[in-house]
Amino acid sequence: MCLGVPGQILERLDDGLAKVDFTGVRRTVSVAFTPEAEPGDWVLVHVGFALATIDEDEARATLDLLGEAIAAELEPAGNKLFQEGRG
Amino acid sequence: MKYVDEYRDGRAAKAIAAELRTLVRPGSHVKLMEVCGGHTHAIYRHGLDALLPGEVELVHGPGCPVCVIPLGRVDDAICLAERPEVTLASFGDMLRVPGGRRRSLLEAKARGADVRVVYSPLDALGLAVAEPEREVVFFGVGFETTAPATALTLLRARREQVRNFSVFCNHVLIGPALRAILDSPETQIDGFVGPGHVSTVIGTRPYDFVCSEYHRPVVVAGFEPTDILQAVAMLLRQLRDGRAEVENEYGRVVRAEGNPAALAALAEVFAVRPDFEWRGLGAIPRSGLRIADAFADWDAERRFEVPGARIEDPKACRCGDVLRGLAKPYECGVFGTACTPEQPLGTCMVSSEGACAAYYAYGRHRRVA
Amino acid sequence: MTGVITLADGAGGKASRKLVEGLFLAELRNPLLEPLGDAALVSANGTRLAFTTDSYVVRPLRFPGGDIGELAVNGTVNDLAVFGAIPLALTAGFVLEEGFPLEELRAIARSMARAAQDASVSVAAGDTKVVERGAADGLYVTTSGIGLLDPRVELDVTRVRPGDRVLVSGGIAEHGIAVMLARGNLELELDVESDTAALHGLTAALCALGRELRWMRDPTRGGLATTLNELAGGAGATVVLREEAIPVREDVRAACEILGIDPLYVANEGKLVAVVAPDAADRALALLGALPLGADAALIGEIRADDIPLVLVDTPFGGSRIVDMLVGDPLPRIC
Repeated sequence: MCLGVPGQILERLDDGLAKVDFTGVRRTVSVAFTPEAEPGDWVLVHVGFALATIDEDEARATLDLLGEAIAAELEPAGNKLFQEGRG
Repeated sequence: MKYVDEYRDGRAAKAIAAELRTLVRPGSHVKLMEVCGGHTHAIYRHGLDALLPGEVELVHGPGCPVCVIPLGRVDDAICLAERPEVTLASFGDMLRVPGGRRRSLLEAKARGADVRVVYSPLDALGLAVAEPEREVVFFGVGFETTAPATALTLLRARREQVRNFSVFCNHVLIGPALRAILDSPETQIDGFVGPGHVSTVIGTRPYDFVCSEYHRPVVVAGFEPTDILQAVAMLLRQLRDGRAEVENEYGRVVRAEGNPAALAALAEVFAVRPDFEWRGLGAIPRSGLRIADAFADWDAERRFEVPGARIEDPKACRCGDVLRGLAKPYECGVFGTACTPEQPLGTCMVSSEGACAAYYAYGRHRRVA
Repeated sequence: MTGVITLADGAGGKASRKLVEGLFLAELRNPLLEPLGDAALVSANGTRLAFTTDSYVVRPLRFPGGDIGELAVNGTVNDLAVFGAIPLALTAGFVLEEGFPLEELRAIARSMARAAQDASVSVAAGDTKVVERGAADGLYVTTSGIGLLDPRVELDVTRVRPGDRVLVSGGIAEHGIAVMLARGNLELELDVESDTAALHGLTAALCALGRELRWMRDPTRGGLATTLNELAGGAGATVVLREEAIPVREDVRAACEILGIDPLYVANEGKLVAVVAPDAADRALALLGALPLGADAALIGEIRADDIPLVLVDTPFGGSRIVDMLVGDPLPRIC
């Protein structure tokens, strides 16, 4: 329901603000809700406000799951059929 | 774009889709609701519905802040905008939403009202500072994702004593809406794809009641294609194993406790209304926010007269059923005829993430085919 | 039709089309107007000509990469060029607001002269009107143009066949984003310039394909999506695009993501869409790629026979979506 875009903090400014880079687009964003965010950190921005810092480890973990899904898909199909009676 | 493109991997999406087919019993019917309109939009934009097994039906939920604003509140905003001293600052989303007289802010603007599109409520405050002779009213809409931005803007307005700024507050809460859907006797939803960005603020705990009281699983999900498919897989696994838990697919930005600073700002600036009218769903207790008394000077509803009329949804429109998952957009009699994105009758056709608009734009040929 | 004009009526999408068909065509109907092309094709003493007109009301008058003067020349040159015409002469009509600085007017006239020279065309006649302060946004320009049709080609949307290929001459959405950001109230900083350019060089190169070149357009207001919907409707066939093949500069795409806008709906002022026979696609790409304006040219899709003419985008996920015409001016959204 709410557009959120990842961006990287370039520098902290006064007044709880920071300059954030979104793949070549820059905007001043409020980081009042992510006081821990430092330059170099990635944040999720919604209507000009950083709502969360992006957790690199968690991001990686999700990607690892995608990697596993691809690997599993390459395995023979027989061992992952739906097992009746477990539902 | 980092943290976006990696999650748009077509190969991974197809691999998860293959796994999904192993997670459903052939011939069964699983009804999942994606609560958030952002998910609806992403599903159609990326054509993800084609990747789901036939046994899985996705039902579009009420999580579109534009769609749930009742007609009377849109008329109130138009009334505010038509005051000669007022500049109404709004997100672009609200401009095309028709009010009770089928007129929108865009039309009010064409007739001379001063309506400006802003990206952030802070930009609306900036307008007020730059144009001290104008009364700038910010049209505040959105769930707990957007409300903290309004809250912080009001805190700043008070600190800087910006006296020509106020907020017309229409912020709503997702929890009570979910409960209203679960309490609706006709609704049979097996599990929920939980809203990702709302949860960055409120965390995952507010969904516990869905599991403990209603025994339905919830998986909070991100908005990229593999996020959504992964969440569906997690829901199907829970259903297969007979579990009903809150799980978090979107761990890269969602923490269980949410964002404490944003929650504190909400608590300071807003109070919960006894009830709030939702388009299509009717009045839901304790589901809307008003501006707290300490900020009364910045509350547009207290500074200006607004009609505050309650206007019935158009009879022919089945948005309420669509929002509760009782009807598909095309099952509505006016879908695509009296109600189109150019001339929306119902709220679900207005926002590009409304279920009807998304279906109209991206999906209608599949039903024909 | 009742009511009043809204901004959506001028945004180039469905609303514009409805206004043109429901009001102007209804009142002015004649065989030359009926195709509702950006230019009309007329014959005079056996000579085939393209004839077009366009008004420019851009705000701000100057934006990164160009100004209203350059836009007014290039836009009209392009409306001729995409019909396979070599531009011969333009006229310019100015509506000036009382109080408009002469220095600014001179700068705009100069950039018109420069653009005309680049396009090898002259501004052969003009007109000036002055209105009261507040009655115009500083300055409006209307340019009309006439061009000689290239005899080698026969460009007609009804000649488009299933299997034909769709090409675009470079990255989309740059003009619309540059202008949107230059208006300043979105507070986004981005080094993007309008792509305003005269396309007569690209179109002349493609005319070497002769009858294998089926149709060309410059996707301006309403973006690529709207132009391709006109193609689908005119050809009575479906246009199928491959999403990842459509060139969009990465930072422009990021700006679109932030604003919640689909780049397919954002205006261009210096891009060309061409439909060519299947066998001519590689040659067409080579012809475009040899010119600086076509360096990023790409094959983005093809024509497919279909009962319901649509524009479909195949996503990398094996699904597809319909890309409809623009419904109203693209507005930044939060959800």
